[in-house]
Amino acid sequence: MGNFGVQFRRDLLIAIRGRTETANPVAFFVLALSLFVFAVGTDSETLPRVAPGVVWVVALFVAMLSTENLFHRDYDDGSLELMLLHNRPLFLGVLGKLLAHWCVSGLPVAILSPLAAVFINAPPEIIVTLVGTLLLGTPVLTLIGGIGAALTAGLGRGGLLLAVLVMPLYIPVLIFGSGACYRILDGAVATGPMLWLTALLAGSITLAPFAIGAALKGSQEY
Amino acid sequence: MHRADVLLNQPLIEASDLSCTVAGQLLFDRLDVTVLSGDVLELWGPNGSGKSTLLRCLAGLFSVDAGVIKRPEHLLYLGHRSGLNESLSPLENLRWYTGLREKNTSSEALSTAIRRVGLESYKDAPCRTLSAGQVRRASLARLCISDSPLWLLDEPMTSLDDDAAALLRTLIVEHRSMGGGSICATHVDLGFPETRVLELDA
Repeated sequence: MGNFGVQFRRDLLIAIRGRTETANPVAFFVLALSLFVFAVGTDSETLPRVAPGVVWVVALFVAMLSTENLFHRDYDDGSLELMLLHNRPLFLGVLGKLLAHWCVSGLPVAILSPLAAVFINAPPEIIVTLVGTLLLGTPVLTLIGGIGAALTAGLGRGGLLLAVLVMPLYIPVLIFGSGACYRILDGAVATGPMLWLTALLAGSITLAPFAIGAALKGSQEY
Repeated sequence: MHRADVLLNQPLIEASDLSCTVAGQLLFDRLDVTVLSGDVLELWGPNGSGKSTLLRCLAGLFSVDAGVIKRPEHLLYLGHRSGLNESLSPLENLRWYTGLREKNTSSEALSTAIRRVGLESYKDAPCRTLSAGQVRRASLARLCISDSPLWLLDEPMTSLDDDAAALLRTLIVEHRSMGGGSICATHVDLGFPETRVLELDA
C-alpha cells in the first residue's frame, strides 16, 4: 500500500500549495448555484422542486471541470513517466492520486451541499439523501473522469474531447443521484437508487484504476 | 549500494531485432542493443535520428514495432522532462520519487543527495523558482541515490554548468565501478575511457 500513500500525500500537498486553483471548483459550485436562485426566483414553487436536480448538475460540472488537470501537469513535467516506470502495481498509485483529487473536488461539494440546499430553498427532508448521494456519487464521477483525463493527458487542452468522452458515462450517476432525492420528495424510500449508486461506486473503484493505468501507458506513445 | 548479485560482464539489458516507426518514419530497423555491467554506451546521431525514442523503448515507455527487450526489474530513466513538480521542493520531489518504489530511504540520504548536486540552500524552495540548470541538478539527485543497475540518460549534459557536468561524470564513473551500466544519448563528448558508441542515422 506504500505507493498509494506516497501518491496521495504528494497530490494533497500540491493541492494545498496551489490554493487558488484548489478553491476554484468550490467557488464554481457556490456561484453557479446562486445564479439559479436569481434566474428562477426564491418565492416560486419551482425552485424547491428543481433543487436536487440543479445541485446534482452543478456537482457534475464541478467534477468535469476539475478532472481536466488530473494528469495534465504530471504529463508535462515528466512525473507521469516516473510513475509509470516505478509504481508497481500502478493501479494503487492511480487510486492514491484519484483519492487526493476527490478530497479537493468531490468531498467539499458533498460537505457544502446542505448549505447549498438551504441556499436554494430545497425541502429540508431531502438534505440527508442529497449528501448521501453526493458522497456515493462524486467518487464515481472522479473515477470515470479519471479515465477521460488519462486518455486525453497527452493532447494539450483536451477539454471538449474530455467532456464528450465522459458525459455519457456520467448520466447514470446523475439519474440515480437526483432520482434518490426525488423519491424522498414524492414520499417514497430512496433505497433503490442509493443501492445503484453503491454498485456503480464498487464497480468503478475496481475497474477504473486499471483502465486509467492502461490509458496513461498509452499517453506516452506520443 | 548496488545489488550484490550483479556480476561483471553480465548483461543488464538485452534488446534484439528492434524496429520502430514514428509518424511513418522508420527510426531504426533490426537494431541490437546489449549493455553489460560496467558498460557505458553512448548514442550518437543527429536530431530526429531516434535517440530519445530508443531510450524510451528500452525503458518500456514506448512500444517497439518488433523486437524483444529483456530489461532489469528496475532501471533509472532521466529524460528531457524533469520529473519534478513545480510546487514541490527538490527534497519533496526526491522523497516522492523514492517512495514510488516503496524503498525506504532515510531523510539523511535524501539530504546528502540534494547537497551533492549543490542545491542545499534551495532544498525547501518550490521548483518553479529554480533556474533551468538548477532544475536539471535537482533531477540529477535521483542518480545520487539510485540503486538501479541500468541508467538510461537522455542528453544529460543539457543546461549543466562545468561543475554539474563534472559531477555527472563522477556519478557515471562511480556507477560503472560498482557494476552498473549506462546508455547515454549525447551530442557532446562525455570523455570516458572505453565507452562503446552506437550511431543512429537520420
